[in-house]
Amino acid sequence: MTTYLEINKKQVNEEKWEEPFYLNMGPQHPSTHGVLRLFLELEGETIVNCTPIIGYLHRGVEKLAETLNYNQTIVLSDRLDYIASAANNTAFALAFEKLMGLEVPRRAKLLRTIVCEMARICNHLLWLATHALDIGAMTVFLYCFRDREWLLNIYEKICGARLTHTYVRIGGVRQDFTQEIIDELYKFTEEFPPRIYDYETLIDVNRIWLKRTKGIAVVSAEDAINLGLTGPVLRGSGVPYDVRKFRPYDAYGEVDFIVPTGKNGDTYDRYRVRMEELRQSNRIIRQCLDKLSETEGEPVLAENAPDLLIPEKVRKPEPKPVPKKGVIFKGEEVPVVPPGEAFASIESPKGELAVYVVSDGSGKPWRLRVRTPSFVHISAIPFMAKNHLIADLIAIIGTLDIVLGDSDR
Amino acid sequence: MEELLSELKEKFPTVIIEIQEKDYFTLICKRAGFLDLMKYLKDEKGFKYLIDLCGVDYLEYKYKNFKERFEVVYHLYNLDNKTLLRLKVRIPEEDCWHFSVTPLFRTANWFEREVYDMFGISFKGHPNLKRILMPDDWEGHPLRKDYPVYLEEEQEWKTYKELKEKIKEQS
Repeated sequence: MTTYLEINKKQVNEEKWEEPFYLNMGPQHPSTHGVLRLFLELEGETIVNCTPIIGYLHRGVEKLAETLNYNQTIVLSDRLDYIASAANNTAFALAFEKLMGLEVPRRAKLLRTIVCEMARICNHLLWLATHALDIGAMTVFLYCFRDREWLLNIYEKICGARLTHTYVRIGGVRQDFTQEIIDELYKFTEEFPPRIYDYETLIDVNRIWLKRTKGIAVVSAEDAINLGLTGPVLRGSGVPYDVRKFRPYDAYGEVDFIVPTGKNGDTYDRYRVRMEELRQSNRIIRQCLDKLSETEGEPVLAENAPDLLIPEKVRKPEPKPVPKKGVIFKGEEVPVVPPGEAFASIESPKGELAVYVVSDGSGKPWRLRVRTPSFVHISAIPFMAKNHLIADLIAIIGTLDIVLGDSDR
Repeated sequence: MEELLSELKEKFPTVIIEIQEKDYFTLICKRAGFLDLMKYLKDEKGFKYLIDLCGVDYLEYKYKNFKERFEVVYHLYNLDNKTLLRLKVRIPEEDCWHFSVTPLFRTANWFEREVYDMFGISFKGHPNLKRILMPDDWEGHPLRKDYPVYLEEEQEWKTYKELKEKIKEQS
């Protein structure tokens, strides 16, 4: 970091400087969506070189997870990608279930699929709002937030929280939906598709929007795979890779949906892919809601799921504690988690979210590794921003859909 | 999948030590010749997408049956026939380095920087190996098992301490 500072100081102190011109963008820049810092080397307004500097939001989640038990770790996952926390919960829970050999009940799988797709709609709406705002389309922002608000209210009814809802638990979900929530969701799925159409009429053929997005940050399919790009960014380049189709988890194997792809791999195509995904997510929610009536009254949590740990300091010991089979720290740890390793990945709204966990037979993970999509996507910015204007850099940051909490962990 | 594994075992008998069948097929590899194996997998066998690269510290791990301290774990994916392969390379503590796969997979660039930052394993052939998540002047490698979770006051980050003193002087 000192090297960049030195360059800046030198540039300021010297009365006359020659090109290239160095510029710091961030970490407190409104359109970097968090604390991303980009060190730019400019020639006029063209970017010659771009170095992303991250780590300003590093909270040490991986180290912290080694001191907590498995159920507590799921709470940490909410704080990674806080826009779509249901997806993170699911990724962690899937890895732990694989490790413990738990079978999740079908109803819980359906409920998980619904909250995951709701998270995808939330995420894409927020992405569309901020991306359009960055480029200059103000109106979309307000409409998107109206719809997102509706979904957040449904989340509040489901589990009481709006952003960091630890709704997904190891072995299932926390509680069942009430009839009120199901009715509300039916209403949402009916009213939402015409609204997507409304948003498209706002910007789809808007001349400014087309000029700012067409042909910007073109990534070929081969480059995209080599750079490790996933999610809508990869599909915009025409590669139909989607973890939901390639390695189905939860209830994605039994629902019908299409994986939309683009052709040119530019910013506009990625926008089109995400708009199609909104429709597909809506379809998936609808199908899962229909299937929910088949599994009425079934359990939503596996029988041998580990019990939630309530710290002894907070709660006074009851006269007759009835310990369920699970991890209980009372001097001695009960090894319920077999030693070994597990790898699980999901299609989070931003890309592929993979969790690799190593267990040593105790109640806490030995090592927990989270591969987050934002981390990889930020590493691709130098490649994508080369020979573009500074104004296009804003569009590139927007189109990658990054959250710094997700990348810094 | 079995065909591929037997073919690999035949072609790289010195590199592959062991093949394990876990949730995914796992190849335990030696450091020497590892790059050739990766190149072969990528160019000939279609494993073009590196999902993840991470380090694991096995200091005082109860079920350990090898003597090296670290492991570097690769998850490779073949997009054509949907197969996932896990590769592991064991790194001893006293000889803490490994070959970089950044020339093959550009994704590995930041992953390797993170492994270096968190575990102190240096990668030979990496274009820009320096810390990524922690500040440049940080001491120690946080994800090692002998690194404490809570730091004492005298172990605090140097720059932060200087800042605190500066504020004290001014107020």
